Amino acid sequence: MNIHDFLKSPAETTRHHAPHDRIVMSSRVRLARNLRGAPYPGWAKKIDRVKSLELIRPAVESLPQLHGAFSETMDNLAVMDKQILVERHLISREHAAKGAGSGLVLNKEESLCVMINEEDHLRMQALRPGLQLKQAWQAIDEVDSDLEKKLDYAFNTELGYLTACPTNLGTGIRVSAMLHLPGLVLAEQINQIIQSVNKLGLAVRGLYGEGTEALGNVFQVSNQMTLGEVETDIVERLNKVLLQIIENEENARALLIEQKPKIVYNHVGRAFGILANAHSITSKETMNLLSLMRLGVDLGSFPANERPLIDELFITTQPAHLQKQFTEKLGAEERDLLRADMLRERLLHVSRPVAKLPPNGGLLDKRN
Amino acid sequence: MLCMICKQNAAKVHLTQIVENKTQKVDLCEDCAKAHGVNDPAGFSLADLLLGLGASEHIAQSSGGELIKCPNCGFTQADFKKSGRLGCSECYTTFAEGLEGLLKSMHKGTKHIGKTPFALKQSRDLTDRLKTLQKKLDKAVNDENFEQAANLRDEIKTAKEKIGHLAPT
Ligand SMILES: [Zn+2]
Ligand SMILES: [Zn+2]
Repeated sequence: MNIHDFLKSPAETTRHHAPHDRIVMSSRVRLARNLRGAPYPGWAKKIDRVKSLELIRPAVESLPQLHGAFSETMDNLAVMDKQILVERHLISREHAAKGAGSGLVLNKEESLCVMINEEDHLRMQALRPGLQLKQAWQAIDEVDSDLEKKLDYAFNTELGYLTACPTNLGTGIRVSAMLHLPGLVLAEQINQIIQSVNKLGLAVRGLYGEGTEALGNVFQVSNQMTLGEVETDIVERLNKVLLQIIENEENARALLIEQKPKIVYNHVGRAFGILANAHSITSKETMNLLSLMRLGVDLGSFPANERPLIDELFITTQPAHLQKQFTEKLGAEERDLLRADMLRERLLHVSRPVAKLPPNGGLLDKRN
Repeated sequence: MLCMICKQNAAKVHLTQIVENKTQKVDLCEDCAKAHGVNDPAGFSLADLLLGLGASEHIAQSSGGELIKCPNCGFTQADFKKSGRLGCSECYTTFAEGLEGLLKSMHKGTKHIGKTPFALKQSRDLTDRLKTLQKKLDKAVNDENFEQAANLRDEIKTAKEKIGHLAPT
């Protein structure tokens, strides 16, 4: 089956409400598992990788949770299709680079995705919209418990699940959430938050972009340590920290609106102005401006029912999704033109942002 | 002070990260800092960096240097230095000694206390039960409580049979 016929439309995936989805875009729990004695994918020769894949793939496909799933080997997926899966956060960049001997099994709801022969023989992940770490853990725990009856896992009582990289050893668990934090970025508190979260043994990184960039003010928070702690404790600890970050973000937004409303509404208004009127725009700029529009929805500048559209555009304006709509291969400059065309059209019926200014009209921002 | 990565340039970037009361330190030259994304507060993880740095040396020191080869997959410590990944699950036995220090610096503990595959958990529970029964039996024999001893022997027999039925672990 073609992956495009299988994947839900971005409009469909962004329509539903989820807990804390003003700030938490999605939750994810990933488990790393390996076959006993078989060489890890990075060290295995192609013939061994194919052998592991042929053992694992039918076992995964036979699970009730993956009934009717999309299942394919990576060499049978076009480069553009793999890129689309990356832009949807369903597979890693590393996995997109794989070919023969690696595979992918994705369920119909796009809530379970199993990468075969990424860095480990198995990287299985449960995804949920909003803040739902516990639900994601329960879902993937269940899949894992069913799969262990069919496959001989590399496990040792001292070190737990034996992973290709020692950083994943033990539980093999990576619990993470994608957060939209424009308030903390605008208030210039983000570095402070990152540092204190780091001190708790958790990692924070920009989700889009490379190096110092955190495009679209989207950050990913995840656990780093996997050995010497029980899974549910790791989930619980991350959940607590996330609730704290949500509170910090809400406070930062409230304070900005109270003290610097003109600055905030200036950002939101300009973002809409450019997105709705540009004739050429890069994916980078789009993401940063969409983030400000999303903030605008949360602040009441745009009607709340516009948020699914903004979240959809977050996905569909990315390079591979844009390219998908056209048959001929586009260069970066052509994409910028077509991206702008699409944005103008989709934002045509969005009403201009409303500024909810405080009684003084926000003419003078309070200094403190 | 020399850079920990290239061991050529003077270290100008000094990093300390305190994770759960453990202090981790890294000293780098500007080029290596940049190459490892250290200027990027969001993307940098000290654990990733330490993995590339200390790990292979840990292994070299305590397991007889570069000559050790995993008997199952042929992986050597030089290969670990290159990739920061191991070759197969047996490598954890082959390089066990060297890995210990690394794991200590990287994780909360060095012993797994999380999920255990069900079959393995079952056999471990039975093994524990067998030990308890054996102790009781010894005591019963000592006390010349022969009736109880006979019952315990039966229980031990059943437990042993159950273990035999479980999948090899
Ligand atoms: Zn250097
Ligand atoms: Zn090995």
